Amino acid sequence: MLELAGSLNVWTLPQLPRRAPPQLSIALLERLDTAGAWYLARARQQGSRLHGGSAAQAGLIDTVAKALPVADDVPAPTPRLRRALAETGRNVIAALVFFRELAEYLGRVLAAFWRGIRHPSQFRLTSLIHHCEQTGLRAVPIVTVMSFLIGVVLAFQGATQLRQFGAEVFVVDLIAISVLRELGILLTAIIVAGRTASALTASIGSMKMREEIDAMRTLGLDPDMVLILPRILALILMLPILGLLADLSGLLGGAMMSWITLGISPPMFLSRLSDTGVGNVIAGLVKAPVFAIIIGVIGCHAGMKVGKDAESLGRKTSAAVVNAIFAVIVADALFSILFAEIGL
Amino acid sequence: MSAANVIEVRGLRTQFGDHVVHDGLDLDLRPGEILGVVGGSGTGKSVLLRSIVGLIRPQAGSIRVLGRDVGTLSGTAREALERRWGVMFQDGALFSALTVRENVEVPLRAVPGLADADRRALAGLKVSMAGLPAKACDAFPSELSGGMRKRAGLARALALDPEIVFLDEPTAGLDPIGADAFDRLIVALRDALNLSVFLVTHDLDTLHSCCDRIAVLAEKRVLTSGTMAQMLRIKHPWVHEYFHGPRARAAMSSRPKGD
Repeated sequence: MLELAGSLNVWTLPQLPRRAPPQLSIALLERLDTAGAWYLARARQQGSRLHGGSAAQAGLIDTVAKALPVADDVPAPTPRLRRALAETGRNVIAALVFFRELAEYLGRVLAAFWRGIRHPSQFRLTSLIHHCEQTGLRAVPIVTVMSFLIGVVLAFQGATQLRQFGAEVFVVDLIAISVLRELGILLTAIIVAGRTASALTASIGSMKMREEIDAMRTLGLDPDMVLILPRILALILMLPILGLLADLSGLLGGAMMSWITLGISPPMFLSRLSDTGVGNVIAGLVKAPVFAIIIGVIGCHAGMKVGKDAESLGRKTSAAVVNAIFAVIVADALFSILFAEIGL
Repeated sequence: MSAANVIEVRGLRTQFGDHVVHDGLDLDLRPGEILGVVGGSGTGKSVLLRSIVGLIRPQAGSIRVLGRDVGTLSGTAREALERRWGVMFQDGALFSALTVRENVEVPLRAVPGLADADRRALAGLKVSMAGLPAKACDAFPSELSGGMRKRAGLARALALDPEIVFLDEPTAGLDPIGADAFDRLIVALRDALNLSVFLVTHDLDTLHSCCDRIAVLAEKRVLTSGTMAQMLRIKHPWVHEYFHGPRARAAMSSRPKGD
């Protein structure tokens, strides 16, 4: 017989034996809370006998006993290997679903674009201009400064290496090819992916969260037409322009640094530059619309996937940025292979 | 000691900028009673609740909870006092990164020596006592409906079996059956644990079925307080409108108070 006296509550519960003795006396108990009552109710379920106790205490124990979760509610733990397999399967399916949904959104944008061409009155020109300003004009300072600095760095690093061979003048080719072909447009796309993909997800996602998208649908407005098309179209129009600006300021930075460290005068830089061929510029800028579509579709898709809680908004926004940057780099690698094959 | 009021608010003055919410507000919560606080929108019911639990610092006046002055407590004394009350916020205010069970476990983690399995079981018990199905334990707050989040919030407020429970609109957004069960749960817990309940509500059914006393907030203070029968005799226009409106009549006729 275990005699309990004083107060049996959540603070004194750890002092009790985990397995209750078969006989328990609670006649001297002064205070009892639900944690204590839970202990007593469980003891009674396991076959212990309770002695004494006031009517209120008995009532509390009964209340708790009724509320005790039924034991068979807890599912048996699955084996580790099976859990790992199931997890892998789920991840694979989730990845496939993700790609299918991206394709779906690309299709939706194209469909909306086609509708916009056939019924120009449905198209939101004001919205397009607004987003061109947001994604294009506002990104000009950071894109040009970044590209200028890249040109400076390339010239400086190239000069120190090429000077060892006495081939300083090839620094112009180095800058021209690397900036025009790869770095200008790739770094611009990465910056725009960081700036705009997050903005797309955040703006569309917060609308989704506040049920604005559902409200639009009930009012007969098509979110693809009203929200997604202007944003992605703005990206497609603006990214080549930003890429061109990045090319120009990258060359400017390179020319300045070549002049300072190697004494290659601007006219010499220009004449050398015109020998490298316009193919590099084309090979660079032709990638811009593709990058724009990748960034836009990933950003808009993530925004549409935001749930009801603020946490999912943050999660989707950071995922959109990471996915967009990753996808842009993968696409750039594929372009390199393609251009090498076709000899551009 | 047991006769002393568990909450004593004297001369409370709260203001935000130029906007005075309370001025010279007095309020008592007696041990073991359920006090319903009512008032029109913007009369500062939630502000009063937040002032009492120390989330808002009043400009003047004293707030004594369980014999201690809330405004002047040091860190550890405050912590000890906070363990003796539980607060359920309007939308549950659950931590969104934790499951329902983990939310309820948060206050239980303060108990030294409590075994993990016991803590989990106790959290499950509180969840079930708050009227949620067992499978809700492992759900995240975003997966629950508004009513279920409220119940989970109550489960967390009750985790340490506090002496005072503050409930902010506990039955708003619940279906009538759920609200009724909630009212009965509050009364049952009060009876079993000698709980004192500070209840901000608009639900006339709740006022009727479980409140011992009602305090009416108006004109920046507690205009009047007393039992339902006393409220019905008050001549003040807002109070009269509140307790004699069509909804009030419906609530009263459907559930005549036994005593």
